[in-house]
Amino acid sequence: MANNSPDIKQDIKIALVGSPNCGKSSLFNSLTGSRQKVANYPGVTVERRSGKYTTADGKVITLIDLPGIYSLKDRTLDERVSRQVITGTHVSESQPDLLLCVADSTNLRVHLRLVLELKHLGLPIILALNMHDMAQRDDIRIDPEILSKELGVPVVTTIAVRRGSLDNLKSQLSRTLNDLPPKQESMPAPTTRELQQQARDIAARATLSEGSQHKITRQLDRLLLHPVFGILIFFITLFGMFQLVYFWAAAPMDLIEGGFTLLQGVISDILPDNWFRSLLNDGIIAGVGSVLVFLPQIIILFTFILILESTGYMARAAFIMDRTMAMVGLNGRAFIPLMSSFACAIPGIMATRTIEHHRDRITTIMIAPLMTCSARIPVYALLIGAVVPNKPIIFGLFGLQGMVLFGLYLIGIVSALIVAMVLKMTLTKGVAQPFLMELPKYQLPVFRHLMINLWERVKTFLRRAGTIILYAAIGLWLLAQYPKKPIGGLEPDIFYSYAGIMGRALQHIFAPLGFNWEMSIALIPGMAAREVAIGALGTVYALQGNEGQVEQSLRTIIQSSWSLPTAFAFLAWYIFAPQCLATLATVRRETNSWGWTAFMTGYLFALAYLAALAVNKATIALLA
Amino acid sequence: MTIRYLSDLKKGEEATILGFDPKSCKDIDFARDLEDRLLEIGFEEGLNVKILHEGPISRDPIAVRIGQMTVALRRMEAAAVRIYDGKP
Ligand SMILES: Nc1nc2c(ncn2[C@@H]2O[C@H](COP(=O)(O)OP(=O)(O)OP(=O)(O)O)[C@@H](O)[C@H]2O)c(=O)[nH]1
Ligand SMILES: [Mg+2]
Repeated sequence: MANNSPDIKQDIKIALVGSPNCGKSSLFNSLTGSRQKVANYPGVTVERRSGKYTTADGKVITLIDLPGIYSLKDRTLDERVSRQVITGTHVSESQPDLLLCVADSTNLRVHLRLVLELKHLGLPIILALNMHDMAQRDDIRIDPEILSKELGVPVVTTIAVRRGSLDNLKSQLSRTLNDLPPKQESMPAPTTRELQQQARDIAARATLSEGSQHKITRQLDRLLLHPVFGILIFFITLFGMFQLVYFWAAAPMDLIEGGFTLLQGVISDILPDNWFRSLLNDGIIAGVGSVLVFLPQIIILFTFILILESTGYMARAAFIMDRTMAMVGLNGRAFIPLMSSFACAIPGIMATRTIEHHRDRITTIMIAPLMTCSARIPVYALLIGAVVPNKPIIFGLFGLQGMVLFGLYLIGIVSALIVAMVLKMTLTKGVAQPFLMELPKYQLPVFRHLMINLWERVKTFLRRAGTIILYAAIGLWLLAQYPKKPIGGLEPDIFYSYAGIMGRALQHIFAPLGFNWEMSIALIPGMAAREVAIGALGTVYALQGNEGQVEQSLRTIIQSSWSLPTAFAFLAWYIFAPQCLATLATVRRETNSWGWTAFMTGYLFALAYLAALAVNKATIALLA
Repeated sequence: MTIRYLSDLKKGEEATILGFDPKSCKDIDFARDLEDRLLEIGFEEGLNVKILHEGPISRDPIAVRIGQMTVALRRMEAAAVRIYDGKP
C-alpha cells in the first residue's frame, strides 16, 4: 500500500514532460547537474534518463527526463517511452508522483494542448513556462496567475538555461512536495480538436501581449532557406568545416607529435635498451600516440557539429535535404540522425528512434555507418597526410588535403544515399512518412554548454585511447615478442613473431587489395574501433624500426613504405568497412534482429573489399 | 467558390485555414491520422498561414508561418489543409 505522506515516502519521482524542443533536458540538467544532450531541434532526447534533485529543504528526489511528445498518441519509439512512463505502463519505470510539464512560452497555444491532455491522467502537475527570456525579447507577455487559475495547476516561469532563474520553480517544487496531493482517477481525454479549442481559449485569456515572431529567425531563414543561397551556404558550411579541420589542426598536431617524439627520446636516454623500454616506446607511445595526435582535428569537428546543433541549423539542413532524401525514399528528418553520425554512428543510430515507420528506421540504421564518423578521422588524416601533397588549390583558397577529406565525406554520403535507394526498392519498400517539423528559433550557442559537451567528447576519445587503444598496443607488442628471429633471418623480428605470422596469414585475403602484412595485422584490433588500427600500425612499425634510427612519425614511415595504390585502397576500405564492434552491438539492440545486423556487416565488408580492390587496380592502371 | 488547399499557395501568399481534408491526399495509408498530426503541431481552423519558404527542387517542401511559429511540411501534406483567401 502506497503511503502518500511525504515524510514517510522517500522515493518521490518527478517526470519532465512536454512537447519536443521546449527545454526539458536543459531544465533537467540545471536541476540535477547532469549533462544530458541538449540541442536546438526537436527529437534530441530519445530515451528516459534519471537524476537526483535535492530540494531546498534537503529532500532528495528522482527526476526523469523524457523524450518530447506532441500528445499521448505515440507514433515513434521515443514517444512511446514517454507515454508508457507517464501513464504508468512502462515495464521497469513506475509511474511518477508528479509531472513537471514544460511549455514554450513563445508558443503557448500549442503547448497548452498537451498540458490539458496530461491533466486527464490525474497526476499532480506543475507547469513551467520555459523560454521566458525569449518570450520577453519578442514582447510576448503571459500572466502566470491567470493561467494557473484557468488550468488549476501551479504555474511558474523559467529560463532553463540559466540556473539562477529557477528559484521560482524550486520553491514551487518544495511547496508542492510538502503537500503532495495523491494521484486521482485518470479520465479519458477529449479529442485533439476539443483540447485545442480549450487550449486556444485559455492561452488567449492568459496572454497579455501577443508579441511578434522572432525577427532574427525570420531574417536568417530568408537567407538560409533561400532556394539558391540556402543550398550554397549548406555546402559551403560543410566544405568549410573540413577545410578548417585541416587548417586549424596542423599546428597543434605538430606540437603533440613533437611532444611524443621528445618523450620517446627522453625514455631512450634514461632507460637501458631492454624490453621495458621497447614496451614503453614501441608499444605504448607509438600506439597510443599515433591516435592522440588526431585529437585537435576531432575537437574542431565536434565544435562545428555542436554549433550546428545548438543554433537550430540542423532543422534547416533537414529542410534543404528533404527532397534529396525523398528521392531515395526517406524523409528530411532522417538527415538529422545521419548528420549526427558524423560525430559517431552510435548516437546517430539511437536518434533513428524518432523515425516513425519501422522500415524507414531500418533503412536509416543500415546507412548510418556509411556517414564518416570521427573515428575515421585518424585513419583518413594519417593517410591523406602521408600521400596527398598539401598544395593550395583554386587560387590558393583551399588546401588539397582538406579537399580530399571533404571528398571522402561526400563519397560516404553519396554511397549512403545509393544504398538507401536500393534498400527502399527491395527490402524496405513502403509509402513515405510525413515530413512535419517545427523549425525552431535560432539561438546563440551557450558557451558553457558548448565547452561541457566538447569536454564530454574529448573525454570519450581520451578514455578510448587510455583503454582499448592502449590494450591493443600492449597486446600487439606482446604478440610481437615471440618467437624470436631465427639465425640468419633477414626480416625484422616482428616478421617472425606470432603477430607477424598472423599478419602474413591474413595477407592472403588482403593481398589483392595491395595490403601488406603490417596492414593486415592492424585490421584485427581495428575491429574494436577504427582508430585502434592506427594505434596498431604505430606499434607494428615502431617495432620494425632500426635500432640506431631516430624515431619517425607513423606518417613518414607510411610515406616511404606504402605505394599509392595501397594507401588509396586502405582509404577505400575504411569508407565502407564496419570496423566498430560498438556500432554493431548498437545495431543489434536497436533493430532487435541478428538478421539485420548480419546483413549490415556483410554488405559493408563486401562493399569495402570491392571498393578497395577497384581503387587499387584503378590506381595501378593510372600510374602505369 | 472553388476549394483551395495550402498546397496551392506560392511563396509569400497568405490564407486562412478553413478545415482539414485528409482524403484529398493521394495515399490512404499516409492520410490516416494526418489531421491529428496537423492539429498537434499547431494547425487549426481560423488561423492565418503564410508560405515563407519553398524548397529548392519543385518548390517542395514548404515552410509556413502559423501563429508565432514556423512549420516545415511537404506539399503532399499541405494538400490536406483547406484554406480560403484573405484574413479571418
Ligand atoms: N533562450 C532560452 N533557450 C532555452 C531555454 N530552455 C532551453 N533552451 C534551448 O532550447 C533548445 C532545446 O532545449 P532542450 O533542453 O534540448 O529541449 P528538450 O525539450 O529536451 O528537447 P527534446 O529532447 O528534443 O524533446 C536548446 O537549444 C536550449 O539551449 C530557455 O529558457 N531560454
Ligand atoms: Mg531533451
